[in-house]
Amino acid sequence: MRRFTWFNATALTFGFVFLYLPMIILVIYSFNASKLVTVWAGFSTKWYAELFQNDAFLDAAWVTLQVGVASSTLATILGTMAAYVLVRAGRFHGRTLFSGMIYAPLVMPEVITGLSLLLLFIGIGLDRGIFTIILAHTTFSMCYVSVVVSSRLVSFDQSLEEAALDLGCSPFESFRLVTLPIIAPAVISGWLLAFTLSLDDLVIASFTSGPSATTLPIKIFSAVRLGVSPEINALSTLMIGIVAIGVISASIVSKRAAVKQRQDEQAADRS
Amino acid sequence: MRRLFLIAVPYLWLLALFLIPFVIVLKIALSDTALAIPPYMPTLDFAGGWQAIKDFFSALDMENFVFLTEDDLYWKSYLSSLQIAAVSTVLTLLVGYPLAYGMAMAPDEWRPTLMMLMILPFWTSFLIRVYSWMGILSNEGFLNQFLLWTGLISEPLIILNTNSAVYIGIVYTYLPFMVLPIYSALEKLDGSLLEAAEDLGCSRLTAFWLVTIPLSKSGIIAGSFLVFIPALGEFVIPSLLGGSGTLMIGKVLWEEFFSNRDWPVASAVAVVLLLILIIPIILFQRNEQKEREKNQ
Repeated sequence: MRRFTWFNATALTFGFVFLYLPMIILVIYSFNASKLVTVWAGFSTKWYAELFQNDAFLDAAWVTLQVGVASSTLATILGTMAAYVLVRAGRFHGRTLFSGMIYAPLVMPEVITGLSLLLLFIGIGLDRGIFTIILAHTTFSMCYVSVVVSSRLVSFDQSLEEAALDLGCSPFESFRLVTLPIIAPAVISGWLLAFTLSLDDLVIASFTSGPSATTLPIKIFSAVRLGVSPEINALSTLMIGIVAIGVISASIVSKRAAVKQRQDEQAADRS
Repeated sequence: MRRLFLIAVPYLWLLALFLIPFVIVLKIALSDTALAIPPYMPTLDFAGGWQAIKDFFSALDMENFVFLTEDDLYWKSYLSSLQIAAVSTVLTLLVGYPLAYGMAMAPDEWRPTLMMLMILPFWTSFLIRVYSWMGILSNEGFLNQFLLWTGLISEPLIILNTNSAVYIGIVYTYLPFMVLPIYSALEKLDGSLLEAAEDLGCSRLTAFWLVTIPLSKSGIIAGSFLVFIPALGEFVIPSLLGGSGTLMIGKVLWEEFFSNRDWPVASAVAVVLLLILIIPIILFQRNEQKEREKNQ
């Protein structure tokens, strides 16, 4: 018995307006000709032009992209291994500590993670730069990856792996040919999650970066501390646009894949 | 051999980059401030042998923790962080519950779209979502322009750089964390229970209080912790939307480290924050555990 009432419709409308209106305003005002950010003075794309001439932003974007790709790839490998250990390795010494270290970073305040990593890097005399940001991002995002992947591994039918082994596969081959294709969607969404977390991170990057490497969030933060600026609105619009296109196309692709899988299964049932 | 390798690689990584850094924080929290590089004393010197290690441990003390209790900036910041996190959690629940309820009651064919609309902001940069409120809440901002235009107010309200702006920022950015667990609890709700309650003479409102709310309790608890725990250590929201009067411990820690360069005090602040967080984290884990057992 489900009744969709006026109350429900109102709650949904207000809720989603609340969620989206600030971003819509931001996007609209990024095309504002005026430097005054709250007064509309006609349509213009000049802030985008200025943005693309600003080398500091372009450099920061490049650093962010390098850190994002490197750390999310490393995090996916380590996180998948960790998920495998959590779900499959059975009992071993220090298992409790291991799962604790996987879950703790998920609830740790970023200021503490950042501070502790910075103190480590200084303690061992590692120069701060792109490399240290990659290490830091890999560490916290591998935990997210392992949570995503292990939830898929739990529901995975282990007899498929055993069958592959019985049929003469080496353990590595059985992983590559059987396990990996099945957990691939979780591994991919783990990678995407790690990538977005890395692109988004301000606090940990601020602690672990040096003067040689500034990421985009650090750059944005130091700019917006002084107030709203049309250039940042333009940059934000680009970032919102990229994410929206990415998420929507990913959901269309996975929906198609699900439909195809259902058709394949039906076809298999009939034959 | 292969199993050992599989365990060892992520294990050693986390030990080196998660656990050991914490031990360092703890150690520096127990050290004295020094005008040197690195700015703390004592430093451990293994080359000095057993005597050096003994000296090292005897030089550690609780001085920085005592300092935290003496200077009222710190305990005021902890209390005000707890208060801001608690108030915003309640506000997020008040905004989030009707939204989750609406999603759960919506026709089946709407749900994937509603779900995506709810998740999409989560993938968008946190910093940008917080920043988007700066233009809305400022004195000449859109909210004040709108309210002046409607004639509800005659002078602009001062919202940006106050605690109210921090509440709005937390509710806005953490809303999906509240909505999604409540939605997943409500989605499983058996509609015939509500029918039974109404057949037995409950009004719809009473049935909602007596049936729907208790059955979505686990979602409410999970959502509240998912908002409360990160809000407590929040840095970006108070520093962009809050004012100089907004005391939040994440911001204090940041300033202690970057502006005052007092590493030992910053580390002590971090250790105490962690001790405060342990309680809600354990409660949250227990709630999750109970849910898992119930579902099996």
